[in-house]
Amino acid sequence: MYIVVDLNRCQGYAQCVFLAPKVFELHGEEALMYLTRVPEDQQDPVRRAVAACPVQAITVGGAAGAGN
Amino acid sequence: MPGTDRPGRIVVVGASLAGLRAAEALRDNGFTGELTLVGEEDRPPYDRPPLSKAVLLGRVRAADVTLPARRAVDARWRLGVRAEGVDLTHRTVLLAGGERLPYDRLLIATGTRARPWPHPGEAALHGVLALRTAADAALLSGLLDAGPRRVLVIGAGFTGSEIASACRGRGLDVTVVERGPAPLVGALGGTLGAFAAALQRAHGVDLRCGVTVTSLQGRDGRLVGAELSDGGRIEADVAVVCLGAVRNTEWLDGSGLAAGPRGLACDAGCRAFDMYGIVTDDVFVAGDVARFPHPLFEYQLLSLEHWGNAVAQAEVAAHNMISEGPRRRPHLAVPAFWSSQFGLNIKSVGVPTFSDRVVIAQGSPAERRLVAVYGYRGRVTAAVSVNRAKSLEYYERLIESAAPFPPDPATTDRTVAPTPVPSDVPDPRQLSHGPTVALTGHLPDRRGLALVRRES
Ligand SMILES: Cc1cc2nc3c(=O)[nH]c(=O)nc-3n(C[C@H](O)[C@H](O)[C@H](O)COP(=O)(O)OP(=O)(O)OC[C@H]3O[C@@H](n4cnc5c(N)ncnc54)[C@H](O)[C@@H]3O)c2cc1C
Ligand code: SF4
Repeated sequence: MYIVVDLNRCQGYAQCVFLAPKVFELHGEEALMYLTRVPEDQQDPVRRAVAACPVQAITVGGAAGAGN
Repeated sequence: MPGTDRPGRIVVVGASLAGLRAAEALRDNGFTGELTLVGEEDRPPYDRPPLSKAVLLGRVRAADVTLPARRAVDARWRLGVRAEGVDLTHRTVLLAGGERLPYDRLLIATGTRARPWPHPGEAALHGVLALRTAADAALLSGLLDAGPRRVLVIGAGFTGSEIASACRGRGLDVTVVERGPAPLVGALGGTLGAFAAALQRAHGVDLRCGVTVTSLQGRDGRLVGAELSDGGRIEADVAVVCLGAVRNTEWLDGSGLAAGPRGLACDAGCRAFDMYGIVTDDVFVAGDVARFPHPLFEYQLLSLEHWGNAVAQAEVAAHNMISEGPRRRPHLAVPAFWSSQFGLNIKSVGVPTFSDRVVIAQGSPAERRLVAVYGYRGRVTAAVSVNRAKSLEYYERLIESAAPFPPDPATTDRTVAPTPVPSDVPDPRQLSHGPTVALTGHLPDRRGLALVRRES
């Protein structure tokens, strides 16, 4: 599972950081940095982060272009 | 489902962010015909912004920046294959190797590449590289892991500044050489340029402005140092060439499309122009390779290199590729981008280079939190925030509504109205450039155009 965050839309509310701290972190006060590939044991926390993001900036999914 | 007025075969050339998002949008919008994506890189679409940030900091591997699929796309992926030309008359794309792919509608999303170091011999030295692809980022990460004595960054635009930031984050010595008076000045103008210069120096970057690198020196095929135009010399075993991007349009030379060094020109509905300036109805363009007119910016043809523009324009192009006349949509998104460097979140809306004055409406450089608002001929045209992203939405509304500049002081956090200063950006009238063409022929039905030269 891979992640991309639309950082134009992201407002740095940091809900994702609270829900999946092993994947999302703030670099400084409001620059979001994240693991682009989700570790196996982080899929549930990441799904919760996707649902909680107030501006729906997070997209997750399988690798694009593969197996389609 | 928004029905497709136009079935048939669609070919997308360029299988990166814009190509992928267009393919997904085509299927979202009910396109059921044949879809083929052609991409020169041999890996599936991936995300470039992390390459100069999380990847160089060692947080993410370059192999892991693959883009997630928003949905399944029933398509043929022709990866590792370069398109070498288009035949508009017979509606075919010529692939390397000689194969011809027929299309009913074509989307061109070939983006940009890094401008190479001008001296091929010096560029070939071990330790000299540019950063555009995941392969470049993997190479650069490896070089940084090896603990170079010093990294030289040539050019202090966004990519160069982010690389310098990552080097300092890893405790590496870094020299940044910038021809202009300050970092980021070409994109954000003088006020934020001065801020960026102070920021870099505070983080221990050896920043040299108003200077160029005149030569790179090697020993046994490896970079050892560089000479500067001010007579200075730097010892470095890594040099990253950050001299901006070149549009991938050469493959369209001779196609009859309005393609040049600033991109492929199109209308607000993403339909490409041919070289006469006549709009085509079956060739579309999206992403970094597109030059498009934006009504908010006097219909000048903008060439943007923004992630958000690639996504938004790809969606409009996809919609219009399968919709007839009045159901087509214009690409009117207000341009926006972000950058993170030295622990700060920099975000922009509008077009900062489309300005004559700038004012710091909130915060201050000293606090490292601010919003700079840009105006052109008395209206708001852009805003850039540093660690104040939540304010930007408000300024986006001002840009959309052509609100007067300077903005009403009641909406800033000032007790007295702040004083605008010249924005010191490159002349906004120079946003548009194209290849030089000459009219040929005399009889009215024989008038034609010939490409005189490419410009860059
Ligand atoms: C290091 C880096 C950091 C960035 N950071 C940010 C950021 O922080 N914020 C932001 O807003 N934007 C950022 N960007 C810009 C953003 O990544 C681009 O705007 C985006 O990638 C544009 O997508 P695109 O699909 O139009 O073009 P590209 O991503 O350039 O993709 C074009 C694709 O077409 C392929 N291609 C080219 N010619 C041919 C051909 N003839 N035949 C077949 N295939 C071809 C190329 O190989 C490439 O894969 C960054 C870019 C880089 C390189
Ligand atoms: S929850 Fe959403 S808005 Fe908040 S930091 Fe995460 S991605 Fe950004």
